[in-house]
Amino acid sequence: MELVIGLVTGILWGYIFQRTRILRFEKHVGLLTLTDLTVLKFLLTGVLIGAIGIQILTTLGLATYHLKPTFVLANLLGGVIYGLGWAILGYCPGTAPGAVGEGSLDGIFAVLGGLCGAMAFAHTYPFWQKTVYGVGALGKISLPAILHFPPLLLGIIFAGLLLAFILFLEKMGW
Amino acid sequence: MRNGWSPYMGGALTGLLLILSVLVTQQLLGAPKYLGTSTAYVKVAGLIERAVSPETVATNAYYQKKKPGIDWKVMLVLGVPIGAFIAAVRNREFRLRLVPDRWQERFGPSPALRAAGAFIGGFLIIYGARLAGGCPSGHGLSGMSQMAISAFIVVAGFFAGGIPLALLLYGRKKD
Repeated sequence: MELVIGLVTGILWGYIFQRTRILRFEKHVGLLTLTDLTVLKFLLTGVLIGAIGIQILTTLGLATYHLKPTFVLANLLGGVIYGLGWAILGYCPGTAPGAVGEGSLDGIFAVLGGLCGAMAFAHTYPFWQKTVYGVGALGKISLPAILHFPPLLLGIIFAGLLLAFILFLEKMGW
Repeated sequence: MRNGWSPYMGGALTGLLLILSVLVTQQLLGAPKYLGTSTAYVKVAGLIERAVSPETVATNAYYQKKKPGIDWKVMLVLGVPIGAFIAAVRNREFRLRLVPDRWQERFGPSPALRAAGAFIGGFLIIYGARLAGGCPSGHGLSGMSQMAISAFIVVAGFFAGGIPLALLLYGRKKD
């Protein structure tokens, strides 16, 4: 059951990715060179809808949060390492296999590299535990929790800010 | 845009897919599944490593935290290329290629060089995502949708690393 739901969700997602050109190397490099913001527009719209929908579900008690813990230094350092790889690769962990579905065979090498990266991380994890994970370890915190603000209201405000940013991008012709 | 969807429509559908996924998995499986892809690499890497050396995996702290196996997340990542393949074939856009055009403009047509670049890039994105706790789907989409503090820090990191290197590698050029 769990496996079937996962597979169906992935198929739908892959279909959306392909139709929206998110599987193209040029779109990712376009974002990182600030010349084509397709990937950013896609992500921000997803968050805009997701932020409202997830707060509605949690407010109604239909779902719970699954927050990733905050480790300020590890989050930042890992993010930067990711960014360096992203610039070279031009795909992300979901779009690399997705690109293969569209015929871009370089995605296969990205997936192989990713599997090796996962192994390397599993074996160097104790080092990071001893060093960076202790810095800024703040636990599973979210904006509504630290601001003591109703999540649904904050979700709507956040979505409004994202919408304003998107409208600004369009107005600037980006 | 030629024969494709606007990023706003695709993004909105992705947001709805996230909401639906969380609702359905919470109700049917008892715990919410938020979209995320980089953990799947650890699950599969662990399976491969276990086939070679079971005791290494059994004593590895990270593999004990993220147990090797085929789960919802692995199936999600396997589904993506299937969906992409269906969409590409239906719209006559399936085309085999190894070297992206923009890469070729900058680094030439060598398939070996592109394969090496993709391998190194793939290594770094998963290594970095695991250190950070997630990728643009896990932190970017799912994390920011929950307004998690970790998500905002990680996404800032993605761009702080990605933009300078991309400008260095490819230059600033309007398509």
